Formats: sequence, structure tokens, C-alpha cells
Amino acid sequence: MSKQINIIRSTAVPVNIENVDTDQIIPARFLKATSREGFGKNLFRDWRYENDDETKPKRNFALNNPAYKGSILVAAKNFGCGSSREHAAWAIKDGGFDVVVSSFFADIFKNNAQNNFLLPVTVSEVFLQKLFAAIEQNPATEIEVNLPEQYIRIVSSGEKEGFDINNYKKTCLLNGYDDIDYLLSITEEISEYEKNLF
Amino acid sequence: MGQTLFEKIWDKHVVKTIDGGPSVFYIDTHFIHEVTSPQAFAGLNKRGIKVFRPKQVVATADHNVPTLNQHLPIQEELSRLQVEALKKNCAEHGIELYGLGHPFQGIVHVIGPELGITQPGMTIVCGDSHTSTHGAFGNIAFGIGTSEVEMVLTTQCLMQSKPKLMRINIDGKLNKGVVSKDIVLYILSQITASGATGYAVEFAGSAIRSLSMEARMTICNMSIEMGARCGMIAPDETTFHYIKGRKFAPQGAEWDTKLAYWKTLYSDADAAFDKEIHIKAEDIEPMITYGTNPGMGIGVSGHVPALNEIEEKEKPSFEKSLAYMGLKPGANIKGKKVDYVFIGSCTNSRIEDLRMVASFVKGKHKADDVEVWIVPGSKQVEKQAIEEGIDKVFEEAGFMLRQPGCSACLGMNEDKIPAGKYCISTSNRNFEGRQGPNARTFLASPLTAALAAITGEVGDVREFISKSDLVNN
Repeated sequence: MSKQINIIRSTAVPVNIENVDTDQIIPARFLKATSREGFGKNLFRDWRYENDDETKPKRNFALNNPAYKGSILVAAKNFGCGSSREHAAWAIKDGGFDVVVSSFFADIFKNNAQNNFLLPVTVSEVFLQKLFAAIEQNPATEIEVNLPEQYIRIVSSGEKEGFDINNYKKTCLLNGYDDIDYLLSITEEISEYEKNLF
Repeated sequence: MGQTLFEKIWDKHVVKTIDGGPSVFYIDTHFIHEVTSPQAFAGLNKRGIKVFRPKQVVATADHNVPTLNQHLPIQEELSRLQVEALKKNCAEHGIELYGLGHPFQGIVHVIGPELGITQPGMTIVCGDSHTSTHGAFGNIAFGIGTSEVEMVLTTQCLMQSKPKLMRINIDGKLNKGVVSKDIVLYILSQITASGATGYAVEFAGSAIRSLSMEARMTICNMSIEMGARCGMIAPDETTFHYIKGRKFAPQGAEWDTKLAYWKTLYSDADAAFDKEIHIKAEDIEPMITYGTNPGMGIGVSGHVPALNEIEEKEKPSFEKSLAYMGLKPGANIKGKKVDYVFIGSCTNSRIEDLRMVASFVKGKHKADDVEVWIVPGSKQVEKQAIEEGIDKVFEEAGFMLRQPGCSACLGMNEDKIPAGKYCISTSNRNFEGRQGPNARTFLASPLTAALAAITGEVGDVREFISKSDLVNN
């Protein structure tokens, strides 16, 4: 797993469905593992296969369309809602993605994604529709996601939009730091704080 | 300017704030279960460190346990390994585990409150999105991912940014047959499944004040279905009365100190919210969902929206949803046949829910072609139900009373609804495949579910209950 995000330039896979919940990203029956690895093969399992049968891929689902590939997943509004299962972020990352773009992310998913060096990029609804249109018209369309300068760009047309991320998280993602390293470095302060609790 | 309930608790729990970034946020109580904790413990073991504050962690096994024959070893190997891993991790790190066979075992969001662990003013997290349930006691409680479980295990803290604040006011008197589940399904139908994303939500108003603690939990439980970071209700006499005397409730002088603090936990009259919503209790009727997210709900006397009632942009998702559910746009929901009835989950599996169902079905029998599963939220709920003779009522009605666990809420353990079948369910999610691959879910209150168990179809409970049967839940 890549533990750093900087500038990513890639073609993209469009999942133009609203309110994608984490049960769709990884169904609960695959949550029985005790490690973080191997969830990618069951990513969007029930949208990818008829009756759970890997020999019967659903043709109209984007992940089964050989024209669509790359490390950027472009998804519609309210992506990652529902269950807090981090397995959803693990499955997407393990499925080969480093960036998810949407006009709106569910809170818990967004945190889970960042904690796994999967960059959630929130764009306007208008820009999202431009992305879908460009990718669907030409699956070879390249998208550039630039974390240092905080913008996303459709390479062929040059259209771009800035995105927000707090400085702390940006630093973590650029350098491969995680929250646990930071929190462990301040346990003395935490112990001090605890003295004032009743 | 005054402070909101949320701000009062938030401020007290900020250890420090990083410039231009999140805050280091202290967690009082951490609940864990078998599904979202093993990778977190693996992280600690890899770093060679122990749990920072094991006494502030409480564990149970709920998601992946069978709800029949719990005295036997778990048949399914992966489920058994996961439950065993929890046992081993808790033993190694000195964490109290209410596992299978323990008299306190049950769904994590049922046992916390019933044991008196959940209290006002606290910060509570769990690797489960329905942690919002605990907010009914006036605390900040929210679901987290496994990396965050690891953070709390290692440092008792999380990195958190302060959410925006929303208040949803429900005033007035509830109609006959309308219970707390209907309130929350109604709110969802009005603001959608993403209507509160980015917000901490406080539920207020006279209709909320009139509810019991268990009914309040049902509402806060489903605040995550609106996308809310957490849901909360200011504590009052109902709250204090509920907590007093429970196993882990404060006692003696500590009770007095805590109570004095708890009484300061409300939003000041001049506190500001980023958004306020007002709902009239009288507008709410018994609700049911027709689609594949909890925001797709309607009154039971209503109809599935017609295509011309849906915005152009929303049509593909709407049609996908109806195709999955096998429903037609504009169709009536009343009279729709159901195959399964599931009464359980962290939303509606408490003793009041079981009492409500029992009082409605007493002396009646289920429809022939319907299978009815009643799954109590905990061993204590199960015990209480048996003591009250509720188990006999269910037996006579042809219902199956199972053992505590998450059961058919999430299609993970053995309890799944078969493909293509319709299940009216008191749980919280009607997502595609949630109750099993291709299973179709109608979310409803325990009363509406009980009615469907008897008649075999979706009905309007108001036509079947007299005023004397009114249950305040």
C-alpha cells in the first residue's frame, strides 16, 4: 500500500450512482477477516457479479468494463454512507485506487479513507458532472489530482477546480505520517489532561 | 452568547487544537466488538504496545454471533475465529469482555445504556456507525473506523474537527400508533439520507421530551442514517431516572456530583445553531421505507413516488432502487405481501420494543406464510422478557424468539433473508443486500412490523389499535 500521496495522473473509473453505501462497497459477509489485506477482490461484489458468481460479471457495471481503468474512482453524491466499516476504504485501496472523487462524502468514510492514504477529493456538482461526461465520452481521459497545490484537472481540456483539505491531513498524506504516530508522541500531554477529569 | 449542548461537551474534551487543523479529542468510553477491532489490536501488537486505558474499554460479541444454540461452538469457522480473536485480545490487554455466555452479552448499543455505562456529558466511540445511539443520554457518541479504534486503544484520543451544529425540533402530540421509529423515519424522508452530513444533530422539542429513554435511543440510533456525525438529546429527569441504580451508574456522593453536572447539559436559550428544522408531531404517521436507503420513506397510507414526482437527475438512482425492490412507481405500499418479519437490532430490540409487540399480538397468531424472528438486544432483555411472560405470547403467536445479537440486521452472521424475499424489519438500513444478497427490506416500527406478522402484509396500525392500546414509545 502506497503510504504517500502527491500528484496523481491517471485515467478514471466512473461509478455514477448516488448514495453508494459501504455495504455496496464491501458486503458484510466479507468482514470476517482479521487482517487488512485482500478486500480488493470483493470490492463492489454484488454490483459486479450476478448471484455472487465470478464467472457472471454484470456487463453494465463500470468496474467490469475493460475500457475503464486507472487509480482514480469518480463517484456520485453522498459516497460511502452507512456503516463505519473501514474495510470499505481497504477494499478501494486494495482494488488499486489512490483517489476517490465525489461531490459529497459521508464523514466516517472520509476519515477512514484518509487514514489509509486514499485521498477523498470533494468537487462541486458541476465539476463532477464535467468529469463524468469527459470520462464517459472518452475513457482514455486523463485526470490530474495535485495534492500539494490542491486542485483536480481534466488534462485534455485543462478544466480544473481547487479542493479543500486541512493542513494537518495534507502534511500526513504528503509524508506518509499517520495520526497514531502523532498521538503516541503526545501521551504525556494526554495524561496531564486526564488529571482534570472527574 | 450561550453554548449548545454539543459545545459544552466538546470543549471539555479537547486536549489541544492543532493550528489550522483538527483537535486532539479525548474519549471517555470506548466500546469494541469482534468485527472492527482485530486489525486495531494487530496494529498495537506490531508496535509492541499495550492498551493505554483498558478500564475505559468495554467489549462484547454481537455482529458475528449465531442467535440460536449459543451454548454450542460457533459453526462457521471465520466467525468463530473472529470471536476467539476478541477473547484473546481482551485477555492480553486487560479489557472487560461480555462475550457469548456472559449475562451482560448483547448488542453493544443495547448493553452500554442498560448497564449504566452510558452517561450524560461523556464522549463515547465504537467501531460501529450506530454508536450515535448513546447520544440519547446527552453525550457525544459516534462511530469510527478501525484505524481510529487503534488510535483510541493506544492513546484514548482521536483527531477530530468540530462539525457544524443542527437542531431538529419536534413539537406537539404524536398521533395514535406513531412511535419513535416513525419520528426518525419521517425526519429522514424529509431531509434525505445525506441531510445531516457534516453536522452534529440535537433532537429537541416537546414530542422528544415526552419519549422514554429507549424511544430516544431509537431516534439517536438512526441519526447516522441522515449522515450526522452524532445525534443527541439533552438529559432530563427521564434520563436521570433511567440511569439511577444501574450496574455501573454512579452511587452516593459521586451520584450527586455527577447529577449536578448533568443538569448543566442543555443548549442555552441564546445558543446558535448552523441550521434549525421544525417538525410538527401531528404531521407524522406510521412510516415505512420503499427504497434502498433509509431516506426513501413514506407514510403507510401513501404511495411510492410516481416518476413525475422525482427530479430528473435523481431518476436513475430511483429506478435502480425500485427495480431492486420489485416495486412500481406510484404503487400503494399498503397491502404489499411480506415473507419475513425481523424485530431486533440496535434500533428496536429493547424491552419496551418487545413489550409493545407483545401487547399488540397477544392472543393473535402470525399469518401462515410469514416467518417471524424476534431477536432481543441483550441477555438482560431476553431474561426480562421471559420473566414478564412475553416469550409465551410470542410462542403462542408462532413467533420465534431467538438469542441476542445483531442477527438479520446486516447479512453477516447466519441470519439472512433469502434472495428476492420481502422482510419488514425494525432495523436501520434497507440498503441493497443488507439483510442478505438480493433480500428486500421495508424498514418500519415494531408496531407496524407486528401488524405485518399477523396479517402477512404491510398495513396501517391505526386501523387496528384502540386508544387504550396506546404505547408511549
